[in-house]
Amino acid sequence: MKILVPIKRVIDYNVKVRVKADQSNVDLANVKMAINPFCEIAVEEAIRLKEAGVATEVIAVSIGEKSCQEQLRTALALGADRAIQIDTDQEVESLNVAKLLQKVVDEEQPGLVILGKQSIDSDNNQTGQMLAALTGMPQGTFASKVEVADNKVAVTREVDGGLQTVALNLPAIVTTDLRLNEPRYAKLPDIMKAKRKPLDVKSTADFGIDLTPRTKLLKVTPPAEREAGIKVESIDELINKLKTEAKVIS
Amino acid sequence: MSILVYAEHDNNQLKADTLKTVAAAQQIGGDIDVLVAGENCQAVVEQAAKISGVRKVLAADNAAYANQLAENVSLLVTELAGDYDHILATALTTGKNFMPRVAAVLDVAQVSDIIAVESANTFVRPIYAGNAIATVESQDSKKVITVRATAFDAVATDGSAEVVNLDQATDAQTSSHVSDEFTESERPDLGAANVVISGGRGMQNGDNFKLLEGIADKLGAAIGASRAAVDAGFVPNDMQVGQTGKIVAPDLYIAVGISGAIQHLAGMKDSKVIVAINKDPEAPIFQVADYGLEADLFDALPELEGKL
Repeated sequence: MKILVPIKRVIDYNVKVRVKADQSNVDLANVKMAINPFCEIAVEEAIRLKEAGVATEVIAVSIGEKSCQEQLRTALALGADRAIQIDTDQEVESLNVAKLLQKVVDEEQPGLVILGKQSIDSDNNQTGQMLAALTGMPQGTFASKVEVADNKVAVTREVDGGLQTVALNLPAIVTTDLRLNEPRYAKLPDIMKAKRKPLDVKSTADFGIDLTPRTKLLKVTPPAEREAGIKVESIDELINKLKTEAKVIS
Repeated sequence: MSILVYAEHDNNQLKADTLKTVAAAQQIGGDIDVLVAGENCQAVVEQAAKISGVRKVLAADNAAYANQLAENVSLLVTELAGDYDHILATALTTGKNFMPRVAAVLDVAQVSDIIAVESANTFVRPIYAGNAIATVESQDSKKVITVRATAFDAVATDGSAEVVNLDQATDAQTSSHVSDEFTESERPDLGAANVVISGGRGMQNGDNFKLLEGIADKLGAAIGASRAAVDAGFVPNDMQVGQTGKIVAPDLYIAVGISGAIQHLAGMKDSKVIVAINKDPEAPIFQVADYGLEADLFDALPELEGKL
C-alpha cells in the first residue's frame, strides 16, 4: 500500500520566537526553519513501514510557498519516494489543509496517512483528525506504536493516565507522538539522490477549495513576563521563603 | 445562546477539569448543557448534574461510547450540535482526539486550547509553545472550542440539573478498542495537583525519582518529569510536563535537575511559584524560577525532605 505523509515547514524548535512590535504576528524573517518535529517522526514511521515490506511507496506532501520544497527534499533524502508541493503563499488553516489533503487522498488512495500530532507553531492539534473526518477514515492519534496486520492497523495511543490501544480498519489516519520512533538523519549521498526524485508542484487553484480563513487573528502579544526571582543559598532559606514569603507551603 | 460542554470522565469519575471548562462556558454566557457519553457511567451523570449553572445533563450511556472512541463520539456530538452555538471540550486527550472531527463535519474551524474568553466569538490562546499569545476571532456560525483547564477556576458543585437520557447510539464501526494500560498512582492527578515536583535528566536514572517521592508525600504533590527524563526511560510518558505532554499550573512547581528548555517551560510557566534546584548556574530554568537553589540535587533532595 501507499503511505501519504503530510509535512509542515515550521520555525526550528530551538528558536525562541519574537513577537512583532505592531502585534500583528510573530517575526519569522530570517529565522531558521525546519520540518516540524512530529512530521519528522511521521516520515520516519512511513519509511520503517516501507523497509518492513508493509508499504510500497511513501509520498510526502506539503502545503506552502516554494520554500517548503526544502523540507520535501529532506523527506525524500530520508527515504520518501516522491513529493507533492501544493503551492500557496497564504496561511492555510487546519480545516483547509485537511480539505486539500482530502483531495490528495482521493487521488492517491493511500492505505495509511501518517501526520504529526501537532505543529509546534500553531499548536492546534487538529489536521489529522479533520482529515479523518472528511475522508470517513478511523484515526489513531498520539501514536506511540503502529502495527499493520490483516487489513487493520493497531495503534497504541498516549492518553492521559497511560496508553490505549485501538484497532482501525484500513485505510486509516495515524498521528504521531514523540515516542513513536527516533528519526534518522539524512546521509549526504541520499541528499544528493533526493534532488533527482520527483517533486510535483500543484496550485491550490487546481483543488477548487475556498481557502478563506474562518478565524481572524486580531493580535499577537508576548506572554506576561514573570517577575525576576531570587537565588537562595540553602534549603533552610528556601523552606523559609516558601512558608513566609510565597505562602505556598505550611 | 446555548453551549454544549463535553464531560471528561473514566465512566466512574467526572474529571475536575470539566468544572473548569464549564467556567469557560459561563464566561461565554448562555444556557449550558453537559454531555456525558460513556458506558455504565451513571455515577458520572449524577456528578455532572451537580455542576453549578448547568441547565441539562445529556446522558448517552451506551456500549458504543464505552471507550469514547473518536469515530463514535464525534458522530454523537455532531448530531447534537444543531441545537448549540458553542461546543466546548477540555483540551485533554479525549477532547483533542474527537473535537476536530466534529469541527470538520460541521465545516467550521476549531479554536484549540483557549486560555481566556474575550467575548462569545473572541478567544485567547497560546501559540509557539506559549512564547506568543494570540487573540483570535471566530467567524464561524458555530464555535468548536477546546479549553485549557488550568487557565480557568472550577465552578461549584451545588447544582441540580435535569438529566435527559439519550437513546441514540452511533457506531461508525471503523475502529475498536483493544486494551488500556494505565499507570498506577496514588498521588494527586498531575493536571489537578496544587503542588508538582518534577525531575529531569539530572536525576540520572529512574530509581533516583524515589528521592522525589518522600517530598511529594509531605507536600501532597504530584510527580512530573521533563521530556529528557521520559525519553531516557526514567519514568512513563504520562508524567511528562511540557508542550507535548501535560500543561500544569499548580501553586508550587519544583523543578529538579531540569535545565528549562522552551518545550518544558510551555507546560509549567503559569505556575504560581516556581522553585528550581539545579547545579548549573546558567540553566535557563533560573530565569523563570521565583526561588532558585544552586545545588547538587543528590544533596539537596534528602535535606529538603528531612526539613519539611
